Amino acid sequence: MTKAELSDRIYEKIGLSRKEALGIVEMLFESIKSILADGESIKITGFGTFLVRKKSARKGRNPKTGTELEIEPRKVVTFKPSLHFKALVEKV
Amino acid sequence: MTKSALIEKIAGNVEGLTKKQTELVVETIFDSIKEALAKGDKVEIRGFGNFKLRSRKARKARNPKTGEAVDVAPKHVPYFKVGKELREMINKNM
Repeated sequence: MTKAELSDRIYEKIGLSRKEALGIVEMLFESIKSILADGESIKITGFGTFLVRKKSARKGRNPKTGTELEIEPRKVVTFKPSLHFKALVEKV
Repeated sequence: MTKSALIEKIAGNVEGLTKKQTELVVETIFDSIKEALAKGDKVEIRGFGNFKLRSRKARKARNPKTGEAVDVAPKHVPYFKVGKELREMINKNM
């Protein structure tokens, strides 16, 4: 499923044009992105939580050449699915 | 931030969209993602990330209270892989 297919769902459910529906789908994901970029987590009840986590610097290795290198401190986004979401797909 | 705050943010950004409609849109999107995964499908949102299932093998675990060994059946769990654009955005203002 892609953004376009998600928009079709919106189009079928609400009296919006396909173009408007796609605009809103994009707006939703852009909003989530900018919130996460500010370092804030987002909790969607019944779906899950998008978390921003800080990773400290560590030494790593280029797995191909074996050369040691410094991995800079960085932030990563993780998703923790809700219990409901986990239960829904457990037996797929 | 929670879903309701997110809904307010979006409703305030789109002209002519009521809070009720925005709520319905946001619910529909997250429900559709869940349904897709429940069917074993994958969801790809360009610039944001992909949602798919990962399988977990059967394993033996222990009830931490009683110490009793229990068998955990193999299962699937939802997995989110962050998109390139979002991954880079997060690290811009460090």
